Amino acid sequence: MNQLMRFTRVHGDSKVAPFVAILVILTALASLGNLLMPQDSIFYVSTYTITLLGKYLCYAMLALAVDVIWGYCGILSLGHGAFFALGGYGMGMYLMRQIGDRGVYGNPELPDFMVFLNWTELPWFWYGFDQFWFAMLMVLLIPGTLAFIFGWLAFRSRVTGVYLSIMTQALTYALLLAFFRNEMGFGGNNGLTDFKDILGFDLQSDNTRVALFATTAFLLGLTFIISHKILKSRMGKVIVAIRDGESRARFLGYRTERYKVWLFVYSAMIAGIAGALYVPQVGIINPGEFSPLNSIEIVIWVAVGGRGTLIGAIVGALLVNYAKTKFTAIMPDGWLFALGAMFVLVTLFLPQGLVGLFNKFKGNKPDNNAGSHALEPKATEDAKA
Amino acid sequence: MRHLFAIMSVCLALFSVSVQANEQTTNESSISPNSAALIAQLAEVKLSKTLPVLEQLEAVGGAELLPLFTTLLEGKLYYVKASKQIVAVEKKGSDYLVSDLFSAQLLGAMKKKEIKKIRVNNKLRVFLRQAIARLQIKSPEPEKRLIAIKALYGSLTDSTIDTLKKVYPDETNLEVKEAIELAFALYESKSPLAEKRLAAVNGLAESLENEARNSLTYLVENDSDKKVQMAAGAALKKINERIEFYDFVDQLFFGLSLGSVLLLAAIGLAITFGVMGVINMAHGEMIMLGAYTTYVVQLLMPDAIEYSLLVAVPAAFVVSGLVGILIERGVIRFLHGRPLETLLATFGISLILQQLVRTVFSPLNRQVESPLWMSGSLEINPVLSLTLNRLYILAFALLVFGLLLIILRKTSLGLNVRAVSQNRSMAKAMGIRTDWVDAMTFGLGSGIAGIAGVALSQLTNVGPNLGQSYIIDSFMVVVFGGVGNLWGTLVAAFSLGVANKFLEPVTGAVLASILVLVFIILFIQKKPKGLFPQKGRAAE
Amino acid sequence: MKLKTLAAGIALSMGATVMSFNAMAAEDTIKVGVLHSLSGTMAISETTLKDTVLMMIEEQNKKGGLLGKKLEPVVVDPASNWPLFAEKTRELITKEGVDVIFGCWTSVSRKSVLPVIEELNGLMFYPVQYEGEESSKNVFYTGAAPNQQAVPAVDYLMNELGVERWVLAGTDYVYPRTTNKILEAYLKSKGVAEEDIMINYTPFGHSDWQSIVSDVKKFGSAGKKTAVVSTINGDANVPFYKELGNQGISSEDIPVVAFSVGEEELSGIDTKPLVGHLAAWNYFQSVDNEANEEFIEKWKAYTSDERVTNDPMEATYIGFNMWANAVTQAGTTEVDAVGQAMIGQKSPNLTGGMAVMNKNHHLSKPVLIGEIQGDGQFEVVWETESIVMGDAWSDYLPGSKDLIADWTDPVKCGNYNTKTKTCSGQNY
Repeated sequence: MNQLMRFTRVHGDSKVAPFVAILVILTALASLGNLLMPQDSIFYVSTYTITLLGKYLCYAMLALAVDVIWGYCGILSLGHGAFFALGGYGMGMYLMRQIGDRGVYGNPELPDFMVFLNWTELPWFWYGFDQFWFAMLMVLLIPGTLAFIFGWLAFRSRVTGVYLSIMTQALTYALLLAFFRNEMGFGGNNGLTDFKDILGFDLQSDNTRVALFATTAFLLGLTFIISHKILKSRMGKVIVAIRDGESRARFLGYRTERYKVWLFVYSAMIAGIAGALYVPQVGIINPGEFSPLNSIEIVIWVAVGGRGTLIGAIVGALLVNYAKTKFTAIMPDGWLFALGAMFVLVTLFLPQGLVGLFNKFKGNKPDNNAGSHALEPKATEDAKA
Repeated sequence: MRHLFAIMSVCLALFSVSVQANEQTTNESSISPNSAALIAQLAEVKLSKTLPVLEQLEAVGGAELLPLFTTLLEGKLYYVKASKQIVAVEKKGSDYLVSDLFSAQLLGAMKKKEIKKIRVNNKLRVFLRQAIARLQIKSPEPEKRLIAIKALYGSLTDSTIDTLKKVYPDETNLEVKEAIELAFALYESKSPLAEKRLAAVNGLAESLENEARNSLTYLVENDSDKKVQMAAGAALKKINERIEFYDFVDQLFFGLSLGSVLLLAAIGLAITFGVMGVINMAHGEMIMLGAYTTYVVQLLMPDAIEYSLLVAVPAAFVVSGLVGILIERGVIRFLHGRPLETLLATFGISLILQQLVRTVFSPLNRQVESPLWMSGSLEINPVLSLTLNRLYILAFALLVFGLLLIILRKTSLGLNVRAVSQNRSMAKAMGIRTDWVDAMTFGLGSGIAGIAGVALSQLTNVGPNLGQSYIIDSFMVVVFGGVGNLWGTLVAAFSLGVANKFLEPVTGAVLASILVLVFIILFIQKKPKGLFPQKGRAAE
Repeated sequence: MKLKTLAAGIALSMGATVMSFNAMAAEDTIKVGVLHSLSGTMAISETTLKDTVLMMIEEQNKKGGLLGKKLEPVVVDPASNWPLFAEKTRELITKEGVDVIFGCWTSVSRKSVLPVIEELNGLMFYPVQYEGEESSKNVFYTGAAPNQQAVPAVDYLMNELGVERWVLAGTDYVYPRTTNKILEAYLKSKGVAEEDIMINYTPFGHSDWQSIVSDVKKFGSAGKKTAVVSTINGDANVPFYKELGNQGISSEDIPVVAFSVGEEELSGIDTKPLVGHLAAWNYFQSVDNEANEEFIEKWKAYTSDERVTNDPMEATYIGFNMWANAVTQAGTTEVDAVGQAMIGQKSPNLTGGMAVMNKNHHLSKPVLIGEIQGDGQFEVVWETESIVMGDAWSDYLPGSKDLIADWTDPVKCGNYNTKTKTCSGQNY
């Protein structure tokens, strides 16, 4: 109970507004900097930077999705990349259909890779993806449905802790192998690429890029606010209660598995949206996104930022990815040392992540415990299991 | 010693020219001048014209040509650029030791520039192998005779059959006798006379050799005589039934072998993850370190590859074990009771270790040699042979498993480990140094992963990505078997291996792995604690 | 309250990012981008090419650079992550302002880079054998197309070794898929029956080859001479060859001809049991040629004595030399001018003779077939009499037999349909 009270204190309304405000201002500045400023101005923001920021924001949204279930409900998913990739494939299929007869083989119906493999007609599961609304619906529904089935099976039979993590890993690994197969009809290892336009707008123009970037920022803000509201609501309190003592919550009469399933589905949908936004900005989606290592990385962003704080997840995703961009260019031969060392040091010395460090720095002890500290008794149970 | 050798080789090189002259005269007695002229041609003709020369050689020569053919087959036949003399050459370090082809007498060491290799290609090798077989039909050693006859099944000519007919009555070895009879049957199956073909079918019916089966298939499809066709059909059916059985055994072996690899990879994890509850993402890298240790051991003892693995096993155990202890002391102990955080930290460590070997050993794969006793296969019959390396690894995996079981059950370390894993505070209260036990347990798990690396180095790439490819499989095995239960790991590894291999022919390799993964996911929903859940209060 | 400050912190760091991205380097050198994975699964193959480019740049600088300027390498690590390839390309061109990029290995990385390099009008040299079916205005393909590797190899097996039964084994991705499609059509056109062709695909890094090798063995026991045409990728080869050796399949029984196994891959295998298996390439280290010897010597001096050379290195070598010549000829590093100067450019092969850059941005090169030797090298057993022109669009695939690539006037198109006289799939 005490923890619950702490929790509500941390997540007062006052914390949402500044973040959203800063997000809006930065997005506006960056967008205008790209569109209005001349190239040589110091306020000019290059298109490279815009796409890069757009990509970071997609990752941030993905991290947010993981934080919602891990930080608040104690469900550590090592397979969230799967939902992200599925959303990405949904968008990718739409973009693929938009190419029309502008593909290298000039086939109006079939994407290039199908012509290439001598397919004669479009497989049934590609139908409808030429409609934007349908594709977007699928971006939400497919990850959502998969999460529902998986979650329903897993949570109902009380698969928890480490077992659940490993199972999510198996899930994404199985999908990785499946999407690698060329027979699946998703382009095999090469995935989907060579996109031309979205909703009639040229994907390579600066305007479209800025619009995509702004949309991502907007949706990140929106999901942030919604997640915040959910977790602040009565339901959110039950969710945190489940994290801190599932059996106790169950004995109090809550159908814990239902809460978990719905939160899991919600989180998977956010991941799906993030994936859908990611694809037009990076220009390719392929099975590599299903790789279990990617999913582990997401968890690490959250851990670095500080789990159970929503904003921590976003900060973590932005910082780690920024570091990665920098390291791979500055020290191409040794960046893995730096990255690896960063993970080790953060877990050792910053158990609450950067947000925790920040709070400590501010000298405000009681607040920072909302997230990880409360996890520990639960975690010990896992260890014994 | 080394000086002496150097001086000797210089002397030899100096005198080689004069020695060569002597050798030539002494040895040519056994080689006819006809052959000698043809052999001399080998130094001059182009690769595409070598075959006719060899065919002529076989026609004029006899068993005395054996050294020429075998040396050429092994790719060790050279000629000296200055004298055009044909010689056998053995490479030793940067030196080329030249010896006389027929007397095998050492002529001296030469530089690469002084000699030129006589090239062979696949076509020539096929010819050489059969020519050697034809020459060895009369070899005094029964094994050689057997190999020779089997090699000739595909190319039986009248003259070969004549030779076989001559040797058959005097043949004492039962196996060789049977082989010759089969050769007769194969030959007769092409006879124009229906009775002969019918008799041949009976001779072929008992054999599992490919050629027998192919002859029978040919008869079934093409023979004009109904009786022969029917007999051949019946024989073929019987053979196929037997082959089906052996195929099943084969697949079972493949499955067990895959299972043993999974077991080796997972068993270390069964300790670090299963007993200690640490999600060790660097487990794969411990395997990798073991494999690299094997590589280093082989570098250190290049002349004793045969024994290198025996040294590598303990070395890998120590190296990986020490690294494991270092990780435990340096990182994991601070994260005690937070298993999900150990995941993050060990993931970081795995990245560092991977990049470390990339920096030290280069990102390229390293070459680990297989000792002779692990190469080749154990041939049970023509359709069933078990590869030796996998057979040894299967046995090795079981051995490691047994040892581990003994350590955990019978030693005081094992007692402590079990005590700490069941109830840490109580164990501490009883005076067990939990810190020390933790370090040792982690070291033990990592060390065993290192041993697995030695075994894997015999099967797959030794490179920086070695570990990554086994980590997910390892986790699946441990979870499927039931965390904290070694027997569960054993059963899980073998059942997943066998299931995979029986699915593979039906679904293909990829779909088989997908199906197995989906099965595990569903299974865990049914039995969340794996095949063999830990019982008792500790499990809650 | 804290979060406000935190958010301000993010704002600051983001701002810093924006600033630093804008900083352009001064224009006193010619920048050469190197886009090869230095970590992840592809590092194994690609680091070698990074070293090759760096060596070539060093050489060129010793000769005084180009157009009076020094060359400056810009090395980045796309970490075997395909979207990262696209991002790094953008970084190299817009942020670093490189004049040319040498990079990529896998098809998917190239496909990922393609839209970016076309949008920004960059210039890239792609040095690896690949599946064809592509010709971009901004890319020069110095590796082999299927008709420069696969088709001659099959011809060799058919004519010289009398092979009648074929196993097409490959890793399940686009290069083997296409190559096998082409070979299947080719074999059938030569009268090979459907049941004499077995096609098998395995996932990346496949390590358990027991069943497949035993299937091959069975397939090969039908009395007809059988060969395996392997498009198995990188890492999976070592366990594959080990299994072949152990199951006793020798090169005389069932020869394996590989298109992705070169000296580099063999350096990780004990090749004694593999003697006689084949590979088809445009280059082998063992080829006796002065230019080759010189190159090997330089390479060993630049790296270490035990390192080997291979075909993609030669492709990089030819590509780099051609680029340097084209820049000198055009008098500028401007992409369109260099691109035009590239066509018709000649440069010596390391195996003798001249490689020619064609109008379709592919090279004409000789094709060699080599047998694996006990020391990890190949010995050439067959070569084409003249150079073979790389075919961007295969003649054996129904979708592409009417397509050609021609980057000179008046066609100026990478996929021009000769039947309908149209140019499709271009982004500009």
